[in-house]
Amino acid sequence: MSKKIITNVWSRRDVLKASAATTAITGAPLFFSRHAYGADFLNNPGDSGVVTLGFNVPQSGAYADEGADELRAYKLAVKHLNGEGDGGMMNTMQPSELKGNGILGKKVEYVTGDTQTKSDAARASAKRMIEKDGVVMVTGGSSSGVAVAVQGLCQDAGIIFMAGLTHSNDTTGKDKKANGFRHFFNAYMSGAALGPVLEKNYGNDRRAYHLTADYTWGWTQEESIIASTEAIGWTTVEKVKTPVGAGDFSQYITPVLNSGADTLILNHYGKDMINSLTQAIQFGLKDKQVNGKNFEIVVPLYSRLMAQGAGENVKGIFGSTNWHWSLSDAGSQAFVKSFGQEYGFPPSQAAHTCYVQTLLYADACERAGTFEPCEVVSALEGHKFDGLGNGPTEYRAGDHQCFKDVLVVKGKENPSSQFDLLEVVEVTPRAQVEYPVDHPMFAGGDLGTCNNGA
Amino acid sequence: MDALILQLLNGLDKGGAYALIALGLTLVFGTLGVVNFAHGAIFMIGAFCAVTLRKILTISTQVRDESITLFEAYKEVPILEAKYPVVGSIIVDYSVPLAIIAAIPVMLALGLLMERGLIRHFYKRPHADQILVTFGLAIICQEIIRHYFGANPIPQAAPAIVAGSANIGAFLGLGDNVVYPWWRLIYLLFSFIVIAGVFAFLQFTTFGMVVRAGMQDREMVGLLGIDIQRRFTIVFGLASVVAGLAGVMYTPILPPDYHMGMDFLVLSFVVVVVGGMGSLGGAVLAGFLLGILQSFASMNEIKSIVPGIDQIIIYLVAVVVLLVRPRGLMGRKGVMED
Repeated sequence: MSKKIITNVWSRRDVLKASAATTAITGAPLFFSRHAYGADFLNNPGDSGVVTLGFNVPQSGAYADEGADELRAYKLAVKHLNGEGDGGMMNTMQPSELKGNGILGKKVEYVTGDTQTKSDAARASAKRMIEKDGVVMVTGGSSSGVAVAVQGLCQDAGIIFMAGLTHSNDTTGKDKKANGFRHFFNAYMSGAALGPVLEKNYGNDRRAYHLTADYTWGWTQEESIIASTEAIGWTTVEKVKTPVGAGDFSQYITPVLNSGADTLILNHYGKDMINSLTQAIQFGLKDKQVNGKNFEIVVPLYSRLMAQGAGENVKGIFGSTNWHWSLSDAGSQAFVKSFGQEYGFPPSQAAHTCYVQTLLYADACERAGTFEPCEVVSALEGHKFDGLGNGPTEYRAGDHQCFKDVLVVKGKENPSSQFDLLEVVEVTPRAQVEYPVDHPMFAGGDLGTCNNGA
Repeated sequence: MDALILQLLNGLDKGGAYALIALGLTLVFGTLGVVNFAHGAIFMIGAFCAVTLRKILTISTQVRDESITLFEAYKEVPILEAKYPVVGSIIVDYSVPLAIIAAIPVMLALGLLMERGLIRHFYKRPHADQILVTFGLAIICQEIIRHYFGANPIPQAAPAIVAGSANIGAFLGLGDNVVYPWWRLIYLLFSFIVIAGVFAFLQFTTFGMVVRAGMQDREMVGLLGIDIQRRFTIVFGLASVVAGLAGVMYTPILPPDYHMGMDFLVLSFVVVVVGGMGSLGGAVLAGFLLGILQSFASMNEIKSIVPGIDQIIIYLVAVVVLLVRPRGLMGRKGVMED
């Protein structure tokens, strides 16, 4: 009769079974509660009591004033997120998980960089913020060239990019990235909003002459405005590309006089717009009569800072803008009050979009319960919100573009104060400026998949 | 025909600005042997003399705008115009021409200060050192202006009487499409007068004769017991005044900002090189020539044949001129060839 020997020594099979069981038991919570903990990711603040955001704005160069206003807005947003000040639009944002105790209980700190409105400088400062300062999100910029460059860098690095002022269709079109989000409106939307207003005011038999800044933003704006004006029956006489920063545009303006055109469309922004508009007025275009009609000038993308630079020349000229401080909704009023009390003057549209982007990022982190980029992307995609100055808004999942109402504005004839330069003539509803993700003007890009840098 | 006349005027106008800046650059180089990269900044500071004078003339009392309650907004009421409604508004209207009078002593003092305070220490240093130090000086000037005036261009209006356009077409019997802004025509005339004035000063005064002699042979003039250095210092001041006045008069054409000098500087250096280093006549000739070529190259008919030609024409011409005439159009032998 054999005798069974019982020992306490584990067999190889026992060890394998135990290992599998341990893995299953310890791994299961991570799978089921990944929203709470998440996998590791680049610049995870971990147990630290602070989280750092990167504000990458033009602090020198032609857009330094706009960059300074963006930075003011970011500082105000940080203040509000940390529970200081009056809370600004945190009080009006709907829905909101923001509590005024930082983000996910961590105090918000920030570092700044100077984009110089140059793609290479902007990428270098964003890289420094990511690698040296350990930021979880990069935001800012006043140019589409910069936005596209920094967005690409953030995608490759595995960091969220919340774009500042960028109006080119390409930012959420052919150059869109999974890690990048744009709150600002785009050139297509400007065209769609302006078209009906131009038809109403100038009729449907016009001959338009385009002067266009020769880079990504100018090209997409020209394409968008031509599409919308030709849709209302206008003819495009000529499309002329002008070098960025040309200064003197006289050699591009004089051919307009003999072209038979009765409308000049200036696809210029910033200093170029100020100079080209000023010089077009000097050449008497606004006093001209062509084809039995008064000659008109249109500036599709406006900002208050530009209007200040162009002075009296903006009077009566139509354009579009993402936001204006004179809006009467609760969100806009709260922001203007907060900003005005802090700095003594109203915010620009660049300041508004940057402030909103910071709150939206913070809220997404709160809803995701983590700073993990891919979780934040999921929280932002398709997110619908209100109370941030543009009415009901949605971050479309397909291209990470915000869809909301667009403002058509006109240079005021009789400004009452130094800030009162533009008047809102129409709030174009979101439905009118919406387009499918695969619209030809936005085709050719791929959102790709989110990268968390791990 | 209409288009050609307009582009010719554009070219002359642009050329006038290039020639005025290049003239100052050449004067400084020809006398002191310094490649002055701060010369564009002097043009910009001249423009800001006009901005400053207008700011002074329009110092305002601020009346609270009660209609805006979210923050403190004010209506600006200029004190001068409030106290003397007629005379005050005329003075403010003519602030740009008046700035010429104000800018002359300011720019002269600035030029002398720059030369005595910094640049004279670099006369015997290599050109690379001179370029570095003057470029650094230009950046410092720019940043000071940006600090006080911001980065946004500041619009300056021409006097109301010349704010519109002249109907040149009607005058020449060419129809109503040949119109040109009065102020640009005034700028063109102004540049001719200043250029003629500088040449006359150098040609017909004893001071000018000594300076020209010094430009030819500095050592010989020194041996004759003339303090040529002191005269060259004054020439630096004169070059500053010319650039500064060019800047003042340009403000109604191009709203000034802190970077405008740098935009002109690069082109003006090309003008100096094409004209011939150290040649005053060459600088003026090349200024107008390149201005006109740049304007014609921007015509749609030309751009449809050679796309982008408007952006490279100046450099293309510079390459061709330097290949055919290595010393530039009117360059002298021995200048910058040691």
